[in-house]
Amino acid sequence: MKIAITAGGPTLDSPVDQRFGRAARFILFDTATRGHTTMDNVQALDSAQGAGIQAAEAVARAGAECIITGHCGPKAFRVLSAAGIRVCTGAGGSVKEAIAAFESGKLTQTQSADVEGHW
Amino acid sequence: MIVAIASGKGGTGKTTIAVNLALCLPRPVQLLDCDVEEPNCAIFLKPNLVSREDVGIPVPRVDETLCTACGECGKFCRYHAIVSLKTTPLVFPELCHGCGGCALVCPEGAIREESRPIGIIGEGTAGGIDFLQGQLNVGEAMPVPLTRALKKKIRRDGMAILDCPPGTSCPVITAMRGSDFVILVTEPTPFGLNDLRLAVETVRAVGLPFGVVINRADAGDDSVRRFCGEKDIPILLELPDDRRIAEAYSRGQPAVEALPGMRVLFEGLGARIVIEAQSHRTVSNPAGSRLDA
Repeated sequence: MKIAITAGGPTLDSPVDQRFGRAARFILFDTATRGHTTMDNVQALDSAQGAGIQAAEAVARAGAECIITGHCGPKAFRVLSAAGIRVCTGAGGSVKEAIAAFESGKLTQTQSADVEGHW
Repeated sequence: MIVAIASGKGGTGKTTIAVNLALCLPRPVQLLDCDVEEPNCAIFLKPNLVSREDVGIPVPRVDETLCTACGECGKFCRYHAIVSLKTTPLVFPELCHGCGGCALVCPEGAIREESRPIGIIGEGTAGGIDFLQGQLNVGEAMPVPLTRALKKKIRRDGMAILDCPPGTSCPVITAMRGSDFVILVTEPTPFGLNDLRLAVETVRAVGLPFGVVINRADAGDDSVRRFCGEKDIPILLELPDDRRIAEAYSRGQPAVEALPGMRVLFEGLGARIVIEAQSHRTVSNPAGSRLDA
């Protein structure tokens, strides 16, 4: 399956971006093929509001079934849930380390947003 | 005639000017408190409010039996207030600007608009003035739709004074648009002048004739006066920095009631506005302003 991880840089050694809606980019990792692509989160740069919604739409369109990030706000969470995408928060370290944590069951799925929205 | 009272810097005395001017103008006169995020004219006028109207903006309501999840509504919305993935749409009412576009583009006619309350309009009388104020609900991010609804109550049979919010952003432009004249209230300080420059730029972009009132005029420096002279901006009134005005203010009393000698200043201001509005000398491009009223 495809996982979207918020990332501060373009490689698997890059740090996990702690924000979802305003992450710099997403790394889309395919757990079957072990390959990955990057997707810049440019739409967030222009949004005064609704960045989380746009980010959620983008990862849904990219076919992600799960997202891994530091924190996820309420609007993003609502869209991700409606799209049936699992949300794992509290990830740290590098993207590679976060994927390993996820696959070994150390990262758990959250049932709600873990931070407030920004205005 | 519609006169908007604005400023760049907050706290310069817009409400003071609006309230006292309205009290000194011939009747009929309306005063509309267009600072809907924090209306405060009522503190001084203590109006007898006789009616209260709820104002809402239209937000989409999707009929899931008709929705085919085609995604057109989500594609159209600039504010991400309606999102359609593979599912029936999610609505974020707090982001919705009430444009109605989603309902128009829906090919199945599945979207209805229903009203989401954002604030209230209060109407009444105070000291012979026809008083109206808008009051935005706490937590609402968008004052503009309420300001627009309030301004629909302007009558053209006398003077209408609009107490505007401070600054130069959307709510201010919404409040001042379509006025016949704008008074920019300022103070004679560097902050006052800096923000007055911004306000002048804004009023010129909207294309309205304007003049300046300097409040607490003997308390600061000369730079505002020199600026107005250089730019050929009429100074309509200079109010003194009189402690008795501040004391009356702190009691919630209009200056012209505490100091009846001040009435003549505000009557003069009213007359001066009429003359300046007709002369149009501050309007740089009356035929083609960048922001149409």
